[in-house]
Amino acid sequence: MSSAALAVAVTTFLASAVEAIEMVAIVAGVGVTRGWRASIAGAAGGLVVLAVLVAVFGLALTAIPIGILRLVVGALLLIVGLNWLRKGIRRLAAQGLSGSRLGDSAETEEDEVPRDGRDWTGFVLAFKGVLLEGLEVAFIVVTFGSTSNQLGVAVIAAIAALVLVAAFGLAIQPLVRRIPRSALQLAVGLLLTTFGTFWAVEGVGVDWPGSDAAILGLLGLYVVVAAGYLTVERAGWHPRTVPGATSG
Amino acid sequence: MAPPDRSRRDVGLMLSAIAAFGRFWYRFIVGDDWSIALAVLVGLALTYALHRRASTAWWLMPAIVVVVLGVSLYRARLSKGGSSRQ
Repeated sequence: MSSAALAVAVTTFLASAVEAIEMVAIVAGVGVTRGWRASIAGAAGGLVVLAVLVAVFGLALTAIPIGILRLVVGALLLIVGLNWLRKGIRRLAAQGLSGSRLGDSAETEEDEVPRDGRDWTGFVLAFKGVLLEGLEVAFIVVTFGSTSNQLGVAVIAAIAALVLVAAFGLAIQPLVRRIPRSALQLAVGLLLTTFGTFWAVEGVGVDWPGSDAAILGLLGLYVVVAAGYLTVERAGWHPRTVPGATSG
Repeated sequence: MAPPDRSRRDVGLMLSAIAAFGRFWYRFIVGDDWSIALAVLVGLALTYALHRRASTAWWLMPAIVVVVLGVSLYRARLSKGGSSRQ
């Protein structure tokens, strides 16, 4: 492999791995909180649409207005993420880490997974996450691959990054499943709010200081804020006021 | 040609499917607290306006997120009567 091809392979692999981590974080988060069936179906749907877009548009993919896509998907993820974050904080405040059963909630159960297993919320969240991140991977491949005339190398490097990150996500899934549902809802709410803020603000044309590293800064900020609100909420809850709650 | 009863039933089924579709998207996008969706839309509009004026705008949305989360938690506690400051 020439040094030019190696440089394209390493760059594409690392850039694609960053996008793949975001993709897997959303799919895994939706899977453990809403159910794997809807999450995997949504991810598969996103991959199919992505494959069709790549097949139809090919190198012209860069003409798709990614800014508008980021704005729409980011705003939706931000709204959904804030709702989950709010519920996660309230549930964790009311039930502590023991609260994981349906019906223990301080909120209504409108957001729970439907009993017939057709969870469109989980499906749409995973679908959007995979489609947006997948498109970004496709842009990276097209940009790095075509400008250096190493499209094949770029495609292989991107696929390797996706497979490795997905395998890692699958490997740690049993550990994630042991975390209580209320804590998971808060954690996934934090992730969706973080990515939603990042993409939506990028979508209106604003650059983040530090580029993708700003995601970690946002996540840190929201973790601290959520911990503060959780403390305030816990001070306001009493176990006896919540049916089924075992500890506060 | 379908009998009138059957076509009326088909129209009814179609309307209820459209209503269910609309309900799903409303609940998916707006959720339990409409003020969150409104704050996000207003926040993004303000971020865009600030950016157009060549000002640093990235800080605005995180600040709005922090405030709207606190307000939404406060509203939820008031509306559910879940607080037990006794």
